[in-house]
Amino acid sequence: MREEINNGAAIAKAAPNPSFVKLASVWKKLRRSYSAMIGGGLVLIFILIAYVGPYFTPYGPREQNVINKLALPSSEHLLGTDHLGRDIFSRIIHGMSITLEVGFVSVVIGLIIGVFLGIIAGYYGGRIDTIIMRFMDILLAFPGILLAMAIVSVLGPAIVNVIIAVGIFSVPVFARIVRGSTLAVRKLEYIDAIRSLGASDARIIFKHILPNVTSPLIVQATLSVATSILTASGLSFLGLGAQPPTPEWGAMLSDGRAYMYDSAHVATIPGVAIVIVVLAFNLFGDGLRDALDPKMKN
Amino acid sequence: MFTFIIRRLVQTIPVLIGVTILTFSMIHLVPGDPAQIMAGESASPQQVELMRERLGLNDPIPVQYFDYVSGVLQGDLGNSVRSGRAVSDEIAIRIRPTVELATMSTALSVFIGLIAGVLAAVRRNTFGDTFIMLVALFGLSMPNFWLGIMLIQYLAIGVDIFGFNTGIFAASGWGTWQQQVLPVITLGVAGAAIIARMTRSSMLEVIDQDYIRTARAKGVKERVVVYRHALKNAMIPVVTVVGLQFGSLLGGAVLTESVFAINGLGRFMIDAIRARDFPIMQGGVLVLAFMFVSVNIVVDILYRFLNKRIDLN
Repeated sequence: MREEINNGAAIAKAAPNPSFVKLASVWKKLRRSYSAMIGGGLVLIFILIAYVGPYFTPYGPREQNVINKLALPSSEHLLGTDHLGRDIFSRIIHGMSITLEVGFVSVVIGLIIGVFLGIIAGYYGGRIDTIIMRFMDILLAFPGILLAMAIVSVLGPAIVNVIIAVGIFSVPVFARIVRGSTLAVRKLEYIDAIRSLGASDARIIFKHILPNVTSPLIVQATLSVATSILTASGLSFLGLGAQPPTPEWGAMLSDGRAYMYDSAHVATIPGVAIVIVVLAFNLFGDGLRDALDPKMKN
Repeated sequence: MFTFIIRRLVQTIPVLIGVTILTFSMIHLVPGDPAQIMAGESASPQQVELMRERLGLNDPIPVQYFDYVSGVLQGDLGNSVRSGRAVSDEIAIRIRPTVELATMSTALSVFIGLIAGVLAAVRRNTFGDTFIMLVALFGLSMPNFWLGIMLIQYLAIGVDIFGFNTGIFAASGWGTWQQQVLPVITLGVAGAAIIARMTRSSMLEVIDQDYIRTARAKGVKERVVVYRHALKNAMIPVVTVVGLQFGSLLGGAVLTESVFAINGLGRFMIDAIRARDFPIMQGGVLVLAFMFVSVNIVVDILYRFLNKRIDLN
């Protein structure tokens, strides 16, 4: 008997790690998807630019040269200068990390709270479920940016508060995904079986339920980064987020608005930067969805 | 059907109560003394005390909430701190442009989104399909305030091409059609993109089903198959998206109104946030959330109506 168990363990060891096999097959599918490859590649490049780029910019992000203000793009200033003579190219590069961090951190906040609430609602069901999901409905009843505006108006305008606000409004999406999957898995017979073997709730949740929701969560998180960046830049555009002279793209766009008539490039360029980054995340998310989770739709 | 409508209405009651709790708590979650903030930093202690009294902040919280809700139920949303006028009156003046903007943009996005989605679906995996979907992805990735500024740049201020100036639309305001075209496009593009993507995937799901093959086998014209048989069922999930989309549309309206200097509810609320005029913010959020909830009730009813397979009870 004892030997048999040992044998079993040996066989299990010899077989390739199942999570590795899964990862390999996901990679195989991802490689065939143009959108995942292009989007993912761009995201990697952007991360590199965000953290390495600032060391190589020709000017500082706050370096003013009022004599040369509102200059058109030239060899001296690749993307021209703004109303204070600051080099727009350098500011865009320095702003990249703000954009990415706003996207990532707010989604991580939403993800953690959402997963926690979703699991509790789905796993314990009953009244707890009703209360949590009703609360999610209420959050969903607030148009996203308005909810964020309300939160920022309470906490005061600052980029940190924008991150919190945008994070909170992405909670319901994650909670719904996790709750649905938890409900589906919880009713399976094998969960009953391991529970009767003495597995704790925590073990069931972490070992058996969470792995089942990782795919839809990764897909949703990637797409949420895109919307979070859009919302956050909108809040900064309204003056509720990053404050000048921070080189945040939404705030830069807002600055450029005043010079729209004569110097179109000041407002155009930060917008183009936002479009490219958001597009990359959307492409990547679409590709991930096709590879990881073909059943999931918009 | 009737019981379903009643049930759906009853279900919204807890949501609406939750919404009022949230808007009510906004004022209490502010770090610091709300009375001091609203009276202004230079206000004397007497003025702050007066403000506190005016806002009823000396009462216990449950009493304050009860007063707030009974006020809301009677259409009393309090008074603006800045102008002193009733919030409900202030909102009533400004709500029309916002509602018109949101409605027109929804119509535009449904129209463009459906056509683009169907075109992409019938040309599945061709160049046309890829092109339409790329444009949609682009539309989804654009900040609408930037799109608005670009439209102003090229179609309101305009550039000269062959001695003809492209600035044929107005850059600000709301009223004439020249003023309405650009904001409606600005706000409608993202929705059109989402609806196009949804329509395409939903059409693709429907178009492989047996009843479509049967219709084709019977010799029904392809156009009738696509628009009568397939689209009708493909519309079902699209309807839900339109309802949910209306929420982001209301949010987007805030940005659009700001870009085009439209004197609507959204811009009014941003000004209120800057001035820390809490009653206006509370009222505005409440009204917009109420609009969103109502639209989604209508959408749900429409959804059940379209999708007869769903058990009505």
